[in-house]
Amino acid sequence: MIKSNSVLDAKGLACPMPIVKTKKAMSSLEAGAVLEIQATDKGSTADLKAWAESTGQQYLGTVEEGSVLKHYLRKSSGEEQIEKKHKHVISNNELIAQLETNKNTIVLDVRESAEYAFHHIPNAKSLPLEELEDRLSEMNQDDEIYVICRTGSRSDLAAQKLTSAGFKQVINVIPGMSKWEGAVESTL
Amino acid sequence: MSVNEMTAKEVARKVIHKDELFILDVRNESDFNDWKIEGENIAVMNTPYFDLLDGVEEILDKIPADKEVLVVCAKEGSSLLIAEMLSDAGRSVSYLKGGMKAWSEHLEPVKIGDLSNGGVIYQFVRLGKGCLSYMVVSDGEAAIIDSTRMTDVYLEFADHIDATITHVLDTHLHADHISGGRQIAKKTNAAYWLPPKDAAEVQFEYQPLEDGNVVTIGNTAIAIHALYSPGHTIGSTSFVIDEKYLLSGDILFIDSIGRPDLAGLAEDWVGDLRETLYSRYRQLSDELIVLPSHFMIIEELNDNGSVARKLGTLLAENHGLNMTDEKEFRAMVTGNLPPQPHAYQEIRETNMGKITPDNEKQREMEIGPNRCAVR
Repeated sequence: MIKSNSVLDAKGLACPMPIVKTKKAMSSLEAGAVLEIQATDKGSTADLKAWAESTGQQYLGTVEEGSVLKHYLRKSSGEEQIEKKHKHVISNNELIAQLETNKNTIVLDVRESAEYAFHHIPNAKSLPLEELEDRLSEMNQDDEIYVICRTGSRSDLAAQKLTSAGFKQVINVIPGMSKWEGAVESTL
Repeated sequence: MSVNEMTAKEVARKVIHKDELFILDVRNESDFNDWKIEGENIAVMNTPYFDLLDGVEEILDKIPADKEVLVVCAKEGSSLLIAEMLSDAGRSVSYLKGGMKAWSEHLEPVKIGDLSNGGVIYQFVRLGKGCLSYMVVSDGEAAIIDSTRMTDVYLEFADHIDATITHVLDTHLHADHISGGRQIAKKTNAAYWLPPKDAAEVQFEYQPLEDGNVVTIGNTAIAIHALYSPGHTIGSTSFVIDEKYLLSGDILFIDSIGRPDLAGLAEDWVGDLRETLYSRYRQLSDELIVLPSHFMIIEELNDNGSVARKLGTLLAENHGLNMTDEKEFRAMVTGNLPPQPHAYQEIRETNMGKITPDNEKQREMEIGPNRCAVR
């Protein structure tokens, strides 16, 4: 079960209606929110993906359940523009090297659980940014924690929050999953 | 302004007559890049419908006002929407009825020529997919060769010319399109012939088509001679019809030759392919008219829409028939292969009767360009 903020039923609708309805539904969502679109039109996958690219929305993926296609989109948030403040950072490649030498490296993925579901670093822990403060007890303050998101912005916020909550070794991974070339897996 | 409906048949006529047409293709970019409607005087522009939902103003000046304009999408819905928006902006445009789906399925019958004793041979040109199939008619009987899955087209055509379908033949087990052979045979009680070497795994009864077989159509005896010609598949068989036409299947095309890899054995079959093209075919009369099962590019069409050339012409001009160095030939045929056709394994299994996808699924399996040749 993939978590979304909103569900759009476009089952039984033929092209162009799934996209027309998606466009409308996305416009009423908040930045960063995830929309699940249920469609039966086979052409909707390629079209949604292309539409998302052309409009800057984030296409997360599609799950097929019987004859229903469940597409997941995340509304663009403009988060790339925000200035990053957490000083302690590491590059994607440095983290790949670190993962190779130490299998027990703790990677904390603070993206939405829907983003995590489709593709994430093996053994990374999923803890969406907005749940972070309520779930701090799931981690050890003395551990070295590598925080990752899509572009390094949400992870920057998460790293700041963790540090001010007393975590001692928090490292932000730059730029993050959008450019990740290491191993990935999905939980679908 | 009005929105008109244009059928796939009307578009086919325009392609064959080399009429001018401006096509606005509103499918997504990757589908468009994969395959599109082509013609000598057809100009095409791609802007996805989802980039036009807020208005068509941005593309208006790119759409000629003095040419016939056709809006095309995958299934029709989006093209109708965009056509209406263009119409509201003062343009008179058409949309393609049934979209690319209908285009992919349209068959245009073209008479190739007369046979002895009043017989006729027709070619069914599937412009959207590059597939060619045939109907040989003599004295009220008909044979269908390399039929597509649009079986009604052949049944209606036979009915229209008062012919009874008595034989259905496939030159080989197809990997690029779903054969309608078995369905037609079932509906008409005709015999269904297949080369046994390609049919080792088929799940139904068939007549084994072997080298030297003669299938007779009509009382006046139009003979179809089977000529074993391996290379594209191990069982590939060519037919010589009425000592006048050479149906070359997927072995020899107008401007290219068959690829040997779609059953997974390029290295093994390249030798067979060379033997067929450089030895077997060269023993045939230069005057035979080659009728292949595919065309690759629209330029291969003759002025009447048919795809046919004299064997002598191809022996002289087709690049694949003129490579004296065998090593060079092997390198071209095995090293120069285009991407394999969409869903070709599933298509083969369907043609073997191992799987029976529904119509919607069959349609989806066949979407996209034909890629049976190497050039």
